[in-house]
Amino acid sequence: MTTKLASNIAVTSTSRTLSLSMSALLGLFVVGFVGFSHMDVVHNAAHDSRHSLAFPCH
Amino acid sequence: MSLFRNIVFTAVVAGLLSGLLLTAMQSFSTIPLIMEAETFEGAGDPVAAGEGISATEPAALEAEEEAWMPADGAERLIYTAGANMLAGIGFGLVLLSIAEALGGIRGWRRGLLLGIAGFVTVSLAPGLGLPPELPGMPAAELGPRQVWWMATVISTGLALGLLVYSQSAGLAALAVVLLIAPHLVGAPLPVSHETAVPHELHARFVNAVYATNLVFWAVLGASAALLRERFRSGEDVVAEHSDRVAVR
Repeated sequence: MTTKLASNIAVTSTSRTLSLSMSALLGLFVVGFVGFSHMDVVHNAAHDSRHSLAFPCH
Repeated sequence: MSLFRNIVFTAVVAGLLSGLLLTAMQSFSTIPLIMEAETFEGAGDPVAAGEGISATEPAALEAEEEAWMPADGAERLIYTAGANMLAGIGFGLVLLSIAEALGGIRGWRRGLLLGIAGFVTVSLAPGLGLPPELPGMPAAELGPRQVWWMATVISTGLALGLLVYSQSAGLAALAVVLLIAPHLVGAPLPVSHETAVPHELHARFVNAVYATNLVFWAVLGASAALLRERFRSGEDVVAEHSDRVAVR
């Protein structure tokens, strides 16, 4: 019982850490795409947004 | 997986909301100033002004012309709105993930504070070294500026986290060092600050950027917190289950 209890809690906390790492990484990827991508097309589309959010631009 | 799904859903709704609001604010504050600055763009730069155009460079110039860009007017504003909403979703995801790892954001008040912390970390701190730029203003190489920007954001975010969540004086001292260090190192600066863009225009732009970003972050944080309360389906079952197991 105790082993099952411990493993249950361990699984919950591992999946929590995994979920939060994944959501944080997804967020960083999205911000990186909008604000930091060196592709000309992305830069041009997000131009005014990049300047107005004070991302380094040009 | 329900936690991941709920955080993504919350961040998407909060990001769409705050990104739309940001676009509305920008449409009468920062965007007209960007348009005005673009009329000066290239005027102070001999290469763009035509002196540097020689037979060796047409390929580079053509490549620059070929890259697609949205047409001025409605199309450009729609892409700006899209970029703002994506930025809101991205920042929302990171904010919610960090908040959840540190115990969750319950209540709009806590969300508001987290949003303001986001503003300090992502807008204000990097802006001390790299003030918001208008098109046509001189700047150092893009790569090093992006690196300094990211390093400053990480170090400021860590510092604020340490100040709020640690009790030890040593860690508080480390936080102060982390807050100051990027500015002691210094942001990459351009060789010359000479520009055709009027100072007064730039000053108005800097004010507008900080004011709009503060509102954006405050709304992002508060709405993320309010929505997080609503979208918890599936999580409580797991939590209750593990609570019950723990009590046994």
